[in-house]
Amino acid sequence: MKKFLIPVAIIAVLGIYLYTKAVGSYNQFVQAEEQVNGQWAEVETQYQRRADLIPNLVNTVKGYADFEQETLTGVIEARSKATSMTIDPTNLTPENLAQFQQAQDQLSGALSRLLVTVERYPDLKANQNFLELQAQLEGTENRIAVARRNFNESVVAYNANIRTFPNNIFAGWYGFETKGTFKASEGAENAPTVQF
Amino acid sequence: MNYLLTKKALFLLFFVLFFGQIRAQDFPPLPNPPRLVNDFTGTLSSDELARLEQKLVGYTDTTSTQIAIVLMHSTGDYEIADYAQRLGENWGIGSSKDNGILILAAMNDRKVFIATGRGMEGAIPDALAKRIVTNLITPNFKMEAYYQGLDQATDMIFKLASGEYKAEDVESEGNHGGAVFLLLLFIVIFVILPLIKNRKDNDNHMGGRGGGIDLWTTIMLANMLKGGGGGKFGDFSSGRGSFGGGGFGGGGGFGGFGGGSFGGGGAGGSW
Repeated sequence: MKKFLIPVAIIAVLGIYLYTKAVGSYNQFVQAEEQVNGQWAEVETQYQRRADLIPNLVNTVKGYADFEQETLTGVIEARSKATSMTIDPTNLTPENLAQFQQAQDQLSGALSRLLVTVERYPDLKANQNFLELQAQLEGTENRIAVARRNFNESVVAYNANIRTFPNNIFAGWYGFETKGTFKASEGAENAPTVQF
Repeated sequence: MNYLLTKKALFLLFFVLFFGQIRAQDFPPLPNPPRLVNDFTGTLSSDELARLEQKLVGYTDTTSTQIAIVLMHSTGDYEIADYAQRLGENWGIGSSKDNGILILAAMNDRKVFIATGRGMEGAIPDALAKRIVTNLITPNFKMEAYYQGLDQATDMIFKLASGEYKAEDVESEGNHGGAVFLLLLFIVIFVILPLIKNRKDNDNHMGGRGGGIDLWTTIMLANMLKGGGGGKFGDFSSGRGSFGGGGFGGGGGFGGFGGGSFGGGGAGGSW
């Protein structure tokens, strides 16, 4: 009788352990994923904010008759390409994210070319409307940088969570996959020397 | 024996509490005692510092909005906008309503930035922050009238932000209660419980069972570490692993930063 009970008890204990572990890690994954989703929403909000500023900017700049049309159309095209690119938060694979980043970076490039061109138009540079749009645009770029950094941090935590042993086994069962991060722009990896 | 163990536990506790700041070596540690005006460069005279501090503390007391000023030498390879956001977030300027503002000047870089907390972006949009910088700060800074620039800029921020948030007396009352409770909890955990436990072991003169307490202490500390990221008592430590926001300060001084968050808003310029 006793001999029969011991293996049963061991199996029961193991079963309970495995069950609680599985439930616990599932909840952990969901929490980490929700964190990522929240940060992703913030990233999209800030990129949308930038896209919303562009029509105003283009209209203000257009008023200056001899302004290069080429630069303006470049911005408009890049904007429409960037806004057509949206990713569902459940599908944040590294490939999708790389595409998204590429479209947005193209818009960043077109915008910075526009702002460089503006340097040749002193009247435009002194225009109050333009100055405020420029301030808003800079602020939005800063917000994008913050949102991207927070998103990356949450993804790193999530990926580490689902890839460490034994979580990777459970993550495989439930179908949690690693997510992509934004790549740092060039020059960002310089070691900063700060002086208080 | 018991005394030694308590000492060890306290040391571990301090280590845990300060660990959050070791990683943040690019940022100055939280001012202690808490201050809103922090001049690391010696640009402002002590009289000017006191006047600005008094003005800003008065504003925090009436509106709960925290406006901090930091003068430093250089932000290194960081963009000043980036650094201001990180510093604001790091120090937790603003209350839980994220109503903090940081005016950061890097004297050697000749750059200045007004960073607005997430809750202040409505009251002071980037375009207005830019106007404050270009109309009030940089013209004065060019003439080395640093105090005047900061004085006028904060006046303008007061006007823009007035009415946005009001200080709540109830909130500070709650803080006191939490701190006292936490203190009692500490006494129970680290003084009374070990005493009781030791009395049980009184007839054992070998001291061999000390290991039991050690393990127990370790578990306690591990649990505290887990909950440290802003759990129930988040207000006591500003949620930032520091002693900033407690209710012990009292008097007329500044009580400490309250864990406000910065989303990258604001504007800057150079002089």
